[in-house]
Amino acid sequence: MYSLVSGPLVWIASIVFVGGMTYQLVNMLKSAKRDKVVYPYMSLKYGLRSLLHWLVPFASRNMRERYETTIVTFAFHICLFLVPIFLTAHVVMFAFAWGPKWGTLSEGVADWLTVLVVLAAVFFLVRRWMLPEVRFVTSLSDYVLLAVVAAPFVTGFMARHQWFDYETMVIIHMVSGAVMLMAIPFTRLSHMLFFVFTRTYMGSEFGAVRNARDW
Amino acid sequence: MGLPAYLIPPLPVVADPGLDENAKSLTRERIAEVINRVIDRETAARFRVYLNTCVHCGLCSDACHWFLSNDRDPRFSPVGKVKQTLWEILKRKGRVDADFIKECSRIAQTECNGCRKCSMYCPFGVDIAYLLFVVRRICYELGIVPQFLQDTVNSHSATMNQMWVKQDEWIDTLQWQEDEAREEVTTARIPLDKEGAEVFYSVIAPEPKILAQLIGSMAQIMAIARIDWTMPSFDGWDNSNLAMFAGDFEVMGRVERAHHEAALRLKVRRIVMGECGHAFRGAVYDGPRWLGWRQPPVPVIHAVEFYHELITSGRIKIARKFEEPVTVQEPCNIVRGGGLGTKLREVIQATCADFRPPPDPQFEHNYCCGAGGGVINCGPPWKTSRVKGNSVKAEQLAATKAHIVITPCHNCHSGIEDIIGGYKLGMHVKFLCEILMQVMEIPDELKAS
Repeated sequence: MYSLVSGPLVWIASIVFVGGMTYQLVNMLKSAKRDKVVYPYMSLKYGLRSLLHWLVPFASRNMRERYETTIVTFAFHICLFLVPIFLTAHVVMFAFAWGPKWGTLSEGVADWLTVLVVLAAVFFLVRRWMLPEVRFVTSLSDYVLLAVVAAPFVTGFMARHQWFDYETMVIIHMVSGAVMLMAIPFTRLSHMLFFVFTRTYMGSEFGAVRNARDW
Repeated sequence: MGLPAYLIPPLPVVADPGLDENAKSLTRERIAEVINRVIDRETAARFRVYLNTCVHCGLCSDACHWFLSNDRDPRFSPVGKVKQTLWEILKRKGRVDADFIKECSRIAQTECNGCRKCSMYCPFGVDIAYLLFVVRRICYELGIVPQFLQDTVNSHSATMNQMWVKQDEWIDTLQWQEDEAREEVTTARIPLDKEGAEVFYSVIAPEPKILAQLIGSMAQIMAIARIDWTMPSFDGWDNSNLAMFAGDFEVMGRVERAHHEAALRLKVRRIVMGECGHAFRGAVYDGPRWLGWRQPPVPVIHAVEFYHELITSGRIKIARKFEEPVTVQEPCNIVRGGGLGTKLREVIQATCADFRPPPDPQFEHNYCCGAGGGVINCGPPWKTSRVKGNSVKAEQLAATKAHIVITPCHNCHSGIEDIIGGYKLGMHVKFLCEILMQVMEIPDELKAS
């Protein structure tokens, strides 16, 4: 079972992820042609200007107004990338299979960053319940997606600290990681890809067409 | 998963024959057919990507004056409006009933001004107003449009202007205003159909219909600034476009084409538009897009930019500053939609002695007047909800303790007037040109005796 999830399942998840993202990208670029305004108004300068203001913490007004959400959101997304890529166990496994290695986080730091991701997920959950304007637009799928993203971190943390049966926990961890990876292109998690395009398009419209700022 | 229904009190029912009567003839089959046709044929990447990217975070809410003014009722948040309309439509694959379409019209047409402030608050830059305009398009295709708004579209369609102004009335009004202007400035003229003039000055139809003195004022300004200008005697003089807001993009295209073609026929160097925001949006963005032009064929500038040019170049001089305390309503379509915020402030500072900036949010972030986007054109039935939906604007204006609110946009002008009345603020609204008429120097040689 372990060799199945650490071998073929990782392959399947990676292929679905890369293939799915490519499919979504190509699909978007094709359908953007039918949306006659997109290509003519897209502007690199203004698009990047807007993107920058939304990638730097507190560079936009709404980020300053909702500072708690901003802090949590940035911490969440940064750790979301940092932990899986620089975790010692992941790097070692990759080096074992392929050869190349890169720097790793210390175990203690990785632990804390994982806790941060889980706490941020709890914050998002509470936010969904507490704020009427968020609760009003929340459906079951929003909870499921949050769980899909949090699960690899929770289970990874449990496996590392050898809570419950280690081997079972590692298998659950790997399956949950694969599920998350495969869900990204086909759910709202695809904002990982689309965010860049929606933001740069809006930045282009505001900057190049309307002579105004959008942050 | 949303709020339990019992926590949400029902909204007051508003009777509007454009919705109530027209909905009687709708069938579920026709509704599904129209919805699927609009979504399949008229939307593409933006529509799909926006809907698939939205993570339902609700961060757009704080942008919306409707949401803030209705005690943060989630039904009025931008994403809440999309949920109640498009999400339901897509979930049910277009199989919705006539009552649902009436709700869609109420939400998209009368409770969203399309001011696009929410796209500045959405972390992903989703154009939420565009999504609600797709809903408007569906409602229009089904014939569900508030009656007063539909009447303006009918007028555009039949007369090429918004207010059923006949050609002889138009010319007659210009002649009358020329006479009025010459009572003050001897050289004031309103040259009709002058080929090769530097400026084609276009106005919205309510000017000749109910605010004719604004045209006379402009004739004085043009004479003093010695501008070579003209107005067409033929269709295309009206730069307003309510069809754009009703979802009737075919008529919108016709109206915008007539406006630009009038400029081309007159061989003018540029179009100067009167103090109206939505007209600027139609002429510069929505119209050209529908017509397949990347930008207007003849350069278009808004009155605020024109006044700024006249003052900074010294073509008009300020004799004395306006004394009463003033504040400003920053129109969405020229400030957030045209980057004219700074120039507007500079014109006010050049002409007024006591300018009181509104408290935050300002410039691009300022609240909409609540009237734009065709909402005020939905007429008296919707006035109560419109005024209630903008208490934040009333609070903002009251905090300035100004006597006059400068509103360089017709929609803002009427909308702010309603807010002043509704919240008993005791203020008055003025266009910039009304201020200019009071402070501008009339050289002695041009003064009528």
